[in-house]
Amino acid sequence: MSLMGIGLAFIYVPLSVVVINSFNSSRTFSWPPSRFTTEWWGKAISNTGVRKALSWSLAAGLSATFIALLLGTSLAFAVSRYNFFGKDIISLLVVLPISLPGVVTGIALSNAFNQQIGLSTGLLTIVIGHATFCIVVVYNNALARLRRMGTSLQEASMDLGANGITTFRLITLPNLASALFAGGLLAFGLSFDEIVVTTFTAGPGIQTLPIWIYNNLFRPSQAPIVNVVAATLVVVSVIPIYLSQRLSQDSTSGGRF
Amino acid sequence: MKRSIATWMHKRPQVRLAALLAAPTLWLVVAYLGALGALLVTAFFTIDSFTGNVIAKFNLGNFHDMLTDPAYRNVVLRTLGIAISVTLICAIFAIPMAFFMAKIAKPKNQKILVALVLTPLWASYLVKIYAWRTMLEPRTGVMDWILGPIGIHSPGFGGPAIIIGLSYLWLPYMILPIYAGLERLPNSLLDASGDLGARNFYTFRRVILPLIFPSLVAGSMFTFSLTLGDYITAQIIGGKLQMLGNVVYQNFSINLPFAATIATIPVAIMAIYLWLVRRTGALASL
Repeated sequence: MSLMGIGLAFIYVPLSVVVINSFNSSRTFSWPPSRFTTEWWGKAISNTGVRKALSWSLAAGLSATFIALLLGTSLAFAVSRYNFFGKDIISLLVVLPISLPGVVTGIALSNAFNQQIGLSTGLLTIVIGHATFCIVVVYNNALARLRRMGTSLQEASMDLGANGITTFRLITLPNLASALFAGGLLAFGLSFDEIVVTTFTAGPGIQTLPIWIYNNLFRPSQAPIVNVVAATLVVVSVIPIYLSQRLSQDSTSGGRF
Repeated sequence: MKRSIATWMHKRPQVRLAALLAAPTLWLVVAYLGALGALLVTAFFTIDSFTGNVIAKFNLGNFHDMLTDPAYRNVVLRTLGIAISVTLICAIFAIPMAFFMAKIAKPKNQKILVALVLTPLWASYLVKIYAWRTMLEPRTGVMDWILGPIGIHSPGFGGPAIIIGLSYLWLPYMILPIYAGLERLPNSLLDASGDLGARNFYTFRRVILPLIFPSLVAGSMFTFSLTLGDYITAQIIGGKLQMLGNVVYQNFSINLPFAATIATIPVAIMAIYLWLVRRTGALASL
């Protein structure tokens, strides 16, 4: 019991410090805060660098989530409904991008873009990188739901005269929707705060929010705004996990394993 | 028209399967695996020291440099040491926490605890390390403020800070598989062991530990693999200390083939680790 308490304190104290610090009135870091203010939140919201970074993060996250939804769902259908050569390999391959260190995936993709294909780095390359490691969360959520659903509902629908497309539209998709939404949220959350793969695929012109934080981390003048952005990232990442927990009861890990 | 396509597709499961598999396979095999393969090949190339361009000529020079230079050997050993410490610390924290979640907490609280442990897994990686920077800041940090009065002071930025930071980052990865393993373990086994006279620690060592071993292995694969490639933690709270990831990161822009060579180490260590684990048969019972 007490160990559980210490463990949870170990997990939550640092995160709370970040959130509390974003209201710290002191310009330089001082703990405990002597006074509280919302001044930095206002400054961060009107900061052009932060706004730009936020829009890059949103663009990358939404595009990567869209691709991950398409690829992850079709792969989940193939694995749950068919037997084919290389099934084990492909289900291992889909987990590889989040189980290998990000630096390996990052330089591998960067090397492929720059040396092999000659694709200049930008939003497109970020999206390709993010989608690669987001596929797995959509795949796991969709696969768990498809396995639980079974095929009897679809068979019943087809027996009653609906063709494959109608069955998919009226039976399969509505049953799958909440799992896909949960997977999509988690994929977006994963993309939104990723930094390592992004560092290698972003090129010089683009800063996502995590990259913005990283670039301003060692500049004392920006410290209060960094605190606000950091607190925002904590809060934003908590919402998807909360929603996805409520939406899909298929797995405890939200499909990260 | 639409109907006829549906009928045509329905009669041909092979076509449906191909349509489902085409895009994901193309992406994962051609793009991702292809990129990893190309990186491995690049590890055997060199650069033109004058122009900095990659010369595609096969040679073992990079591997020779990496294996003979004591500086790199030290980085490898240090990173391995950090990975082992982090894995052990995570296990020491995770086993009692997971046990409490799975066996002691009331079912109603169980879900809440899982959510509490799970949520920070998704909180920004960078922010978590940044949080530890404010925690560990010598003298003015939060750790000195909380624990200073009882005589515990922040270790400052360096090796111990990296170990704390990484243990913090990967702890949920260790808790969840162990929790899942313990949840599957029937309570009657623990009762039987107790009825037969085993004390708690003996039950733990002879009954629980062997049964959750596969979960421990699953968790350690994450804690190990993620530590081996990390460079941001060392940059933010590591002081001057370097890990394998830092060497890869620094060489990335000046000598890409050498960065690729160094990057094969974490992959190779993980491959050996997986092979050892396979031999113990832990993977089969996951």
